[in-house]
Formats: sequence, structure tokens, C-alpha cells
Amino acid sequence: MKTKKISEFIAFNIFRLLSLIIVLVLVAILSFIVVRGASVINWEFLTAMPEEGMTKGGIFPAIVGTICLVGGSMLFAFPLGVLSGIYMNEYMRATWFKRFMKLMTNNLAGVPSIVFGLFGMSLFVNTLGFGDSILAGSLTLGLLSLPVIIRTTEEALKSIDNTYREGSYALGATKLQTIRRVVLPMAYPNIITGFILSVGRVSGETAPILFTVAAYFLPKLPSGIFDQVMALPYHLYVITTSGTDVEASRGMAYGTALVLIMMVLVLNITATIVRKKLNKKLKVN
Amino acid sequence: MIESKNLNLYYGQYHALKNISLSMPAKTVTALIGPSGCGKSTFLRTLNRMNDLIPGVKIDGEVLIDGKNIYKDKMDIDLLRKKVGMVFQKANPFPKSIFENIAYGLRVNGVRDESFIKERVEKSLKQAALWGEVKDVLKKSALALSGGQQQRLCIARALAVEPQVLLMDEPASALDPISTSKIEELIHELKKDFTIAIVTHNMQQAARVSDYTAFFYLGELVELDETKTIFINPKKEQTQNYITGRFG
Amino acid sequence: MKKIYEKAAHAVLFASSTVSIITVLLIILFLFREGLGLFGQKPIEDGQVLLVNKSNPVNKLTSDELKNIFDQEYTNWKTVGGSNDSILLFRIDDIFNYYTEEELAGVDTNMQLLNEKVSELVGKQTGMVAFIPEKQLVLNDKVKTIEVEPVTVSGFFGGELWFPTSQPAAQFGILPLLSGTLWVSLLAIFIALPFGLATAVYMAEIARPSVRNMLKPVVELLSGIPSVVYGFFGLIVIVPLVQQLFSLPVGETGLAGSIVLAIMALPTIITVAEDSIRNTPRSMKEASLALGATHWQTIYRVIIPYASSGITAAVILGIGRAIGETMAVLMVTGNAAIIPHTILQPMRTIPATIAAELGEAAKGGMHYKALFALGCILFLITLLVNITVEFISGGKRIKR
Repeated sequence: MKTKKISEFIAFNIFRLLSLIIVLVLVAILSFIVVRGASVINWEFLTAMPEEGMTKGGIFPAIVGTICLVGGSMLFAFPLGVLSGIYMNEYMRATWFKRFMKLMTNNLAGVPSIVFGLFGMSLFVNTLGFGDSILAGSLTLGLLSLPVIIRTTEEALKSIDNTYREGSYALGATKLQTIRRVVLPMAYPNIITGFILSVGRVSGETAPILFTVAAYFLPKLPSGIFDQVMALPYHLYVITTSGTDVEASRGMAYGTALVLIMMVLVLNITATIVRKKLNKKLKVN
Repeated sequence: MIESKNLNLYYGQYHALKNISLSMPAKTVTALIGPSGCGKSTFLRTLNRMNDLIPGVKIDGEVLIDGKNIYKDKMDIDLLRKKVGMVFQKANPFPKSIFENIAYGLRVNGVRDESFIKERVEKSLKQAALWGEVKDVLKKSALALSGGQQQRLCIARALAVEPQVLLMDEPASALDPISTSKIEELIHELKKDFTIAIVTHNMQQAARVSDYTAFFYLGELVELDETKTIFINPKKEQTQNYITGRFG
Repeated sequence: MKKIYEKAAHAVLFASSTVSIITVLLIILFLFREGLGLFGQKPIEDGQVLLVNKSNPVNKLTSDELKNIFDQEYTNWKTVGGSNDSILLFRIDDIFNYYTEEELAGVDTNMQLLNEKVSELVGKQTGMVAFIPEKQLVLNDKVKTIEVEPVTVSGFFGGELWFPTSQPAAQFGILPLLSGTLWVSLLAIFIALPFGLATAVYMAEIARPSVRNMLKPVVELLSGIPSVVYGFFGLIVIVPLVQQLFSLPVGETGLAGSIVLAIMALPTIITVAEDSIRNTPRSMKEASLALGATHWQTIYRVIIPYASSGITAAVILGIGRAIGETMAVLMVTGNAAIIPHTILQPMRTIPATIAAELGEAAKGGMHYKALFALGCILFLITLLVNITVEFISGGKRIKR
């Protein structure tokens, strides 16, 4: 009887310890970047052009670039993804084709992002002739999030009990009315959460923009969708691995990494709050 | 007046309803009884074409409501469903306010006049004997109501579009005895204005609320008669066995 | 009116979904069209030919042999199945070792005779092999061209050399990349597994709700941090650490990559495994507890066996995630395209290869196609992972 309790005690404490180590790893990564990056970040860092071979100055063009890319990609992927998700879940009949498409979307949601970079370069940059541009980069990033958005939408819709749909039909509502007035309002919190998390993922992606838009050094703001831009993650990559003076760029790198992490943090927190708020609103008015 | 003629329904290969022919007089309550899987709920759902939503379902035969075959190609299904209201086994109010739940059916059927909607909401809530309990909290979420209240809300929601027929699929199976008796009283009141078909597992309930009772077994309609006759003096042995088994 | 709206909405939804479906199919089509284009092509630089003396019995060379010949690893034709004759290399610049400018000049001193002289020279030297542009080729009866064997699927998967830009013959053997990828990702999973599973069990079964609510955002955040930030962290913290710990000349090794990847694969493993553990029916757990089993006994005798398919799915998805990771690996593994013998060597993975080389590969060239072929491999690996997970979970929903 006693040994049972002792082995339980040991096992639970090992589990507790291993979980604690994971927390510590996160704390280590965060504090490492926050402590060293915080001293770098100031108004000038966020709003100035990079100078002296990216060892001084700011990261303004990279911030603007990332915002352009995220905006551009979501502009295209979010509506398309949500509408497709609705179609696939609410309208499409369960045939082999639907199952095949499901497998393919699922698969694409898991395909490494570099593969999207390959495709984006081949289709948008070369075949369609957009060149390295915001357009090509946004579309590539959009494609990357498209399967994720489709899947989030489908899951959100699927989690809604059929009795609500039947309840609406039984009152003489059409399919569209049912979807618009009953199904979507209920799926909304999860779709929005998925959207925010997609924004987070897209803003941190490097591999897909390597060959479709990212500029190594471009100290001016874009003037159109066919311009190249700098982007935060790519900027961090180049100043840590192949900048003109990697050592001298360290400070800039910490700052950039911190900005990236802050973005993810803010988006994650927003997603959680939005989901909680909207779900609550749905339950009790 | 509801009438079905030689109605067959298949789920893929499975023959779920076999040659059902019956009629339900207007402004009466007909109870559909039988063991689980006998087809009584499926039959109920053919009356407002709810089975259309299930993939792989095939139906032949006729269902006439007011003499019109609802399975004719030209039938407007949305209009049919407006005419034939339905209450489900599990209360399924939408995650909207009490008011909006009831207004929903009117809004989707194109009613824009807010004062009319307001009037109708009050009327339906009164018909469903819920008005007294909720008249001060109409803006509150329907999900905050108790189970029995939610089910009466769903009935009120169905009444708001002024149907002629009300289909009830075990409306009280998930409720406590007090809520159940409230629903049963309500059915008594409602049959003055509506034709009601109710599926129930509960023999006593069928005996209490219905004028006619139909006994289904393995997809077939075994017997349909006045409720008194069915419970006291059924003509078929299967019916007798089922009823005595359930009562005994 | 209602009907028209209904039809219009249906049309819009249908169109969107068609666009999505087409894009999905397009991605696959493009990837494989470019990637499969590699096979059957001759790995010799475009517009170049190999010229030898007609008496030379060799008619065909593999790209491997060709490389060794031009690297002067092979010095006798015997090695490649020819006669016993030493190999004499000739590139176009070498012409001046054999002829003076006057001899080549021709009538208007414009080296008109160059092309003929090359063939003349090869015709005289039995052991000579000339690597010249095709447009300078003038065939006479004493010379012939030899073929280079095209890239084959087995050569691609089994080749031990990855020199996509070497001349005259590029080497497209992905064994170094495949093995690099496997070493790095498998070790990563090996490291991540105890932590990931322990945390999953802890969160699902042991932790108080308040602790769990604290751990959940930790995991979410770990999965949200961009991979380039992990790479940066790895480069500055883990790489020097590995270097010091094992006193290596460089810290950018497979091990450094594995550690970074282990951290990155954790969220996938934890989320999927925790989800499946939580899905164990409560009745099963209670039955065990009611028989006097401790909570821990219940966990390892009832809950973990019940959740084992979900846990396996977690591991496989984790491997998939590790195999596909690009930027972080590119930054910390050192990227040497050699078949590794220990985990403490620099390694290069498939995604890192694409990221590192696509920028310099000429569009439509063999190198470009080879990188697409690598992309196809990544796609197929993901497909395999997904199908396996689907199969293991037997249709049960796996949260990803």
C-alpha cells in the first residue's frame, strides 16, 4: 500500500519537474530577448531607417513591410478561406471528392512553409511575372494561411450542433438565412480567434518571403504593390547571419526579435480575450 | 388535415418507412408511439421535409397537407416549414435574446414591421404560457432560461410564424415532471388552434394528451385509432403487447 | 427575391471554394511539374558537350564519373571501363597550350580556326576529353561526343554527393540531405518526447486547473514564437553552449539544431497528446479508481494505454513539424552537405537546402528543378505523416 503511494509521489514529481523545465525554457527565451532587446527599443528604433550597414538606426521599413504583407495576405486569404470553409462544411455533399479535398487541405496546412516559398516563386514571381513584390509575397503568405483558415472555419462550423440548424429550418428559414443568422454568429468567436492566430503566424514567417518579396536592405517605404519591402523576420535573419557586420548588428537583432515576440504575444493575448468575450456574449446577454 | 399515402423512405439501402398511409384530422392531437427505431420520428420529419437535410435519403409516395402534396417538385420548402412548425426533443433556442428567438421566424420570413413583431412575440409567449415568466427579461439571453422554459420558448418560437400544424418530437423527454405537465397542459390549449402530431416514448403522456394514436413497428404503421380504443381495446396483437408491456 | 439572394450566395460560396480547390491543386501541380522535370535531364551544363577521340571505347559516363575525371580523381580510362590510357583533360582555355595564336588566327586573325583545331587536337590525343560549348563543336571523322547519363530517381535518392553547381557535371545525390534531416529531426523528437509527454500527462491529469490554465498559454506562446526568433536564440545561446560543452571547432552542429527543434516541436506534441489523454472516458478512469488503484496506476495502466493512438499521432506530427522546419535549422546546423557520422557535425536538412540555394539557382535550370524535387519530397513526407495520423486515429478527431 505504501509503495503504491511512494511511486505515485515520485512519478508525479518527475512530471511536475519536466513541465516546470518547459516553463523555464520559455522564460529563458523570453527573458533573454526581453532583457537585451528592451534597451534597444525606443521611438527612434521603431520609426527610423536602418543606417550604416544595418548596424544602427531603426527598423521602420521592416515594420511597414511586415504590416503590408500581413494586410495583403489576409485581405485575400481570410474572405476566401472563410467562404470556402462555409461552402465545404455547409453545402458540399459527402463524396470521395470532399474527402480528397479535406485530406489535401489538411496536408497543405501541415506542409513546411518553405514549400509555399517554392510555389510562390514559381507561380507569382516567375510564371505570372509579378517579380519580387508585395503582391507576390502577400499571395504566397495568403496561400500559406488559406488551408489553416479553411480548416478553422470548418471546425468552428462543425462544432455547432445540428439542432440549431434544424430549429431554424423548421421556422421556414432558408439555408442562407440559417447560416447567416444562426450558424455564423455562433461560429464567429472561433473564426475570429483563428484569424488572429493566422495573423500571428504570417507575421513571423520567413521562408515563404525569402524568394518572393523580402529585400535585404531597402531604406525606403514601398510606393505600390509591385515594390519589394523589408520584413521583420527576414531582417532578423539577415542581420544575424549575413549582415555586413554581424557583431555590430547584435543590438539591432535583439530589438527586432523583441518586436517580433511582442507582436506574437499581443496577438495571442488578443485572441484569448476576444474568444472569451465573444463566447460570453453569446451565452448571456 | 394531414394525409400520407403509400409513403416509403429509404436511408440508402435501408427501408425505414414502409408504405405508410394515414390521416390526421385538423385540430386534433395525434400521438405517434412505438419502440425506438420504429420510424415514428422519421415519419414526423417527413411532414415538414426535415429529412431532406440528411444525405442519402430517398422518399416516394405522397404527403398531403390541406390537400396539397408537399413532395411535389414545385413545393416551396421554406413556405411549407413556415406552415408546419416543429418542436424538437432537446430545447434548441438560438444563442440570442428571448425576444430575438421568437422574432427570428418572422424576420426570416420577411417581416420588417417592428411593432407587429413585438405584438406577435407577446402573443406567442402568451400562447406558450411563458409570458408571465419572461415579460421583464425579454432582452436576456434565451440560454439563461431553465430547461422547461427553454422548451416552451421553442414552442412559442414555432407559434410565432402562425403555423397550421405543429410537430413535436418528444418535446418533454428531457424535462422534469413539473415542466412536463406544463407542456402537456399547453398541448391541450394549443389543439384548439393547431393540428398537432407528437412523438412520445411515454405511454401515459400519449394517453393524456392525444385524440388519436398511431402505433409504429419496424417501419410500418401497425394501427391507428382513437386513443381510447388503442389503449383499451387494440385490434392488433402487436399493439396490445407493446402497450401492456409498457404499461405493465 | 429570397431565392435570388440564395442563389447568389450559393454562387459566391461555390466560386470561393472552387478558387481554393484550384489553388490547392495548383500548388501540388506546380511543385511536381518542376520537380519531376529534373529526372531524365542530363546533369551537364546547358549547351556544353564532351568530345573524345573516336578510338575511345567509352560512350557514356555517369555524372559521378565525370566529376571524378574533372577533379582528377580518376586518371585512367580503365576506371570508367575504357582502355588503358591516361585521361587528358581539356577545357577551351587550354587551347593555347597546344597552338599559338597565329595558328588559330585564320585569314582575318579572328581565331576562326579555333573550333576546328579543338577537334583536330582531340583527334590526335587518344586519351583526351574536351569540355566545350556545343556551338564550337566541329565534328571530324576522328572524334565523337560522349553522353552523360541522365539523373535517375535512384541516383537522386541514393547519390552520396550534393554538388548542384559543380562543373562540368552537377551532382544531385540527396543522401546527405536526407540523412541530415533525419538525424536532426529524430534526435529532436527524442529530446522533446519525455518533456512533451510528461507535460501532456501533467496538464491533463495531475495539475490543478489553475496550474493548467497557466501552462496552456505557455504552450501556445511556444508555438507562436516565429522560427527565426528560435534560430536567433539558438545561434546566440545554444550554438556556443554546444561548442564549449564538447570542445568543438564550430558549434553549428546537428545537435544544436536538434535542441532548437526539440523546443519547437514541443507545442505540437503537448497539444495533441493532452487532447487525446483528456478524451479518455471518465467512466474508465472511475472504474480503475474504484478498484483501489492510485491515480498514478490509473494513469499508466488505463489512461495512457487508452490514449496511446493519440500519443503516437502526437509523436508523428512532431516529427513532421521537425522535418519541415526551415529557418531555425538553417541558422544553427552549419549546413554542410555531407553524410554525417556523428551528431556533432554540421549538417544540412532538406528545407534548409531549399532556403539556402533557391536564391542562386537559375530559373528553370537543373538546380532549380532539383530544389523543387526536394519540395516534392517535403510534400510527400507531410502527406505520409497526415495519412499515418489519420490511420492511427481511425477517424477520431486529432486537434492540431
